[in-house]
Amino acid sequence: MNAPIMPHPVAGTEFRLEAHQDDIPTGQTLLKVDNVSLSFGGVKAIREVSFDIRKGEIRAIIGPNGAGKTSMLNVINGFYTPQQGTITYRGVPRRAMRSTQAARQGISRTFQNIALFKGMSTLDNIMTGRITLQKRNLFWQALWHGPAQAEEIEHRLAVEHIIDFLEIAHIRKTPVGRLPYGLQKRVELGRALAAEPALLLLDEPMAGMNLEEKEDMSRFILDVNNQFGTTIALIEHDMGVVMDISDRIVVLDYGRKIGDGKPAEIAADQAVIDAYLGVPHHD
Amino acid sequence: MDTTAHAAGGSLDTFPKYLLWNARRFADRPAMRHKDLGIWQSWSWREQLDEVRALAIGLQSFGVTHGDRVAVVGQNRPRLYWSICALQSLGAVPVPVYADAVAEEMAYVLDHAGVKVAIVQDQEQVDKLTAFAEKIPALEFMVYDEPRGLRGYDHAKLKDFAEVQEAGRAVMAADDGAAARWEDAVRAASGDDVSIMLYTSGTTGRSKGVMIRAAGAVKAASDTAAFDGLNETDSVLAYLPLAWVGDHYLNYAQAYVAGFCMNCPESAESVAEDLREIAPTFYFAPPRVFEGLLTRVTIRMEDAGRFKKALFGYFIAHARKYGEAILEGRPVPWSARALYGLGELLVYGPLKNVLGFSNIRVAYTAGEAIGEDLFSFFRSLGINLKQLYGQTEAFLYVTVQANGKVRADAVGPAAPDVDIRISDDGEVLFRSPGMFAGYYKEEEKTAETMTLDGYVKTGDAGFFDKDGQLKIIDRAKDVGRLEDGALFAPKYVENVLKFHPNIKEVVAFGHGRPFCAAFINIDLDAMGNWAERNGIAYSSYQELAQHPRVAEIIAGHVAETNQKLAAEPMMADAQIRRFLILHKELDADDGELTRTQKVRRSYIAERYEELIEALYDGSTEKYVETAVTFEDGRKGSIRATVKIHDAEFEGGAAVHAREAAE
Repeated sequence: MNAPIMPHPVAGTEFRLEAHQDDIPTGQTLLKVDNVSLSFGGVKAIREVSFDIRKGEIRAIIGPNGAGKTSMLNVINGFYTPQQGTITYRGVPRRAMRSTQAARQGISRTFQNIALFKGMSTLDNIMTGRITLQKRNLFWQALWHGPAQAEEIEHRLAVEHIIDFLEIAHIRKTPVGRLPYGLQKRVELGRALAAEPALLLLDEPMAGMNLEEKEDMSRFILDVNNQFGTTIALIEHDMGVVMDISDRIVVLDYGRKIGDGKPAEIAADQAVIDAYLGVPHHD
Repeated sequence: MDTTAHAAGGSLDTFPKYLLWNARRFADRPAMRHKDLGIWQSWSWREQLDEVRALAIGLQSFGVTHGDRVAVVGQNRPRLYWSICALQSLGAVPVPVYADAVAEEMAYVLDHAGVKVAIVQDQEQVDKLTAFAEKIPALEFMVYDEPRGLRGYDHAKLKDFAEVQEAGRAVMAADDGAAARWEDAVRAASGDDVSIMLYTSGTTGRSKGVMIRAAGAVKAASDTAAFDGLNETDSVLAYLPLAWVGDHYLNYAQAYVAGFCMNCPESAESVAEDLREIAPTFYFAPPRVFEGLLTRVTIRMEDAGRFKKALFGYFIAHARKYGEAILEGRPVPWSARALYGLGELLVYGPLKNVLGFSNIRVAYTAGEAIGEDLFSFFRSLGINLKQLYGQTEAFLYVTVQANGKVRADAVGPAAPDVDIRISDDGEVLFRSPGMFAGYYKEEEKTAETMTLDGYVKTGDAGFFDKDGQLKIIDRAKDVGRLEDGALFAPKYVENVLKFHPNIKEVVAFGHGRPFCAAFINIDLDAMGNWAERNGIAYSSYQELAQHPRVAEIIAGHVAETNQKLAAEPMMADAQIRRFLILHKELDADDGELTRTQKVRRSYIAERYEELIEALYDGSTEKYVETAVTFEDGRKGSIRATVKIHDAEFEGGAAVHAREAAE
């Protein structure tokens, strides 16, 4: 039967991801990687790499297998500490940083191999992305009533906007372990977005997807960038996708930067072509 | 009726007039719900009036006026339904278009209708129409509901839905009389205006724009709402395609005249869950949806524990025996009634709850024949599932079954105020209140569809059964005659046979022949399962199809079918005398089926001519070679000796005398 009418305050309110506001104008440097080197024992994963990520752009990091792309992302979000060089984020230089700090400063990421809580629902997984934004302490949250509840509602609303944005409403309550791969990737993106990042790092967001799923994911990445102005750095193997969606590309090979520029410049760059075609290296 | 007259200005012959009245009589009752951000957001009739009025005046300020055609494209969303009403309130003609139509088709419809404005759901539709902009010269601008992804677009010819409503509200704020003038115009509107233009789906040739007049549409919807006792406490889940007459009628039109609440699902994928949450009181679905539900239930129960399975089996068997009688209020022993009550508690109730059918008072199915078993399964659970027959040109209803007078194999007597006549060659003709005003810009086709005395030709062949219910047997152009002049409706025969799960496809022959004969395709899944359980080894369709025990089973099904046909005077002569099980599956790759899996009768007749001859010349087997196309595109051929079987049939030629004319 018909329930009483609930007020509907939602219509018309525009959703924004702005927990990590800063006053850096669009197009200026948001993050700068300066002369960074990283090695694991004798293996040099990254050698003296420098590049920058500008606010509001989609920046791709490409390169053959083992070029040091994921290591680079791990350096940026503080998971690895480089032996040499500095990272300057929002004008503050640093070398070592814990990844929780990076998260609190508005850097969030997705992983090459999906890292979701398989037994939890889509909704709960995305809610975990809000953790760095929660203000109430454990005591209040355990108590649940009062301010903690109001805060929970606020977070839930933000998460519902993300669910709506990523078109995953129909799997809101499905445990993610039961979802197909492409949807899991989308849920992971949702969780990263839930932190309302200023810088979003995507590690191979389209790996293992079929064409249609790739098209969907590309559209979501572009929409995130377009709608929320989120700066995105992504690693991707599919050259077609990279050329289509990124503003600028940095190319790594054997830990070294061998190219940096707009998609058209990279496509015409001989060093890049050689790296992809496998011209012998001299170490 | 004073309030009626006051609010709506005399006669209630348009939907916007009902909007004004409903905003008064059902002011705070829910008119619309939409699941958004995980919550069912509601709008009362009063709020709905606000939304529609702001939009209408906004559209007016952007130049939309009486007689303009405006496309409405998208899923079932409150704003698109409001658009329809807002356009009607201005005397403009809404033209809903299937949202999943490819860009070219959509452009054809929009151009044919000469639409001036398109109100669309999202970026996808904007992209489609932009790509074909030069093919739709009359299109001045688009209004979109969902702004996502459209930020960077050139907004010279694009407007946000909210922006249009804002414009409307600004007009009302600046000019105190604007709202009142709009309401006066609604009250003064004529029921003769075209209320909506519905494009037929176009399975046969280009789609045609069916024009429905307001007064007729309101009359038809009021008739059926009264017939089923629908009122403001009912609710529906609006999940059918917006551009289909069924959605516009069952949801929109009936909601306005009865004042009930339309619930828009969150997304097309979440309909099943939304249905469960809303538990509507009125529901429509085509037979294949019910079939899908039954399959889902059956599979789930296969996986259930032994106790649950036994419980389910026991109570479903009980429901099969008494459920329909209880639903129809026929006498049932009190012990059976008590046990049914227990079953309701333990099985039927929970099952209906899971399906979202807990509150259903009236449910309909239509569109194709529904199997007896399937139909009575849902009815036995206490769901008042009925059949109707209709078409776009009738504004839906032509016939409808009344509560308690329901059968699976007929579609009911004429709906309220509908006249039906069967033409001399068996075609169903009707005249109804909601009957269309013609095809838009196609006077010739309109004339072809009408009889001289104003009846509409349905293109379907049918007849009235003994209890006055109409039976649709086939498309009129497919109906033939046996050699002796007896009626032969191939699809009817095929459908009866196809209700057996072991049979996948049937092609019946008989036009101009002495008797009816059939090609049969077995269902490889069902028969393969049977073969497995009975230890019969086979390596391919061909081998299983030629197995003598398979032939025995199919012969049993044919005999049963013949009994059913014999029980119907009109069909008795079309019993299947001889049949064969085809040595290959009919396949769209070989051109034997259409891409939508419909049999291409004439092509098959040509391709398997030898086999047809063998059916009629008395031979018991026939060697054939058939060219086939494999999935990878290579060509090859299948050789087989196909056995031809005589079928058991009833009565011989004795019943023959009565012919089609009745």
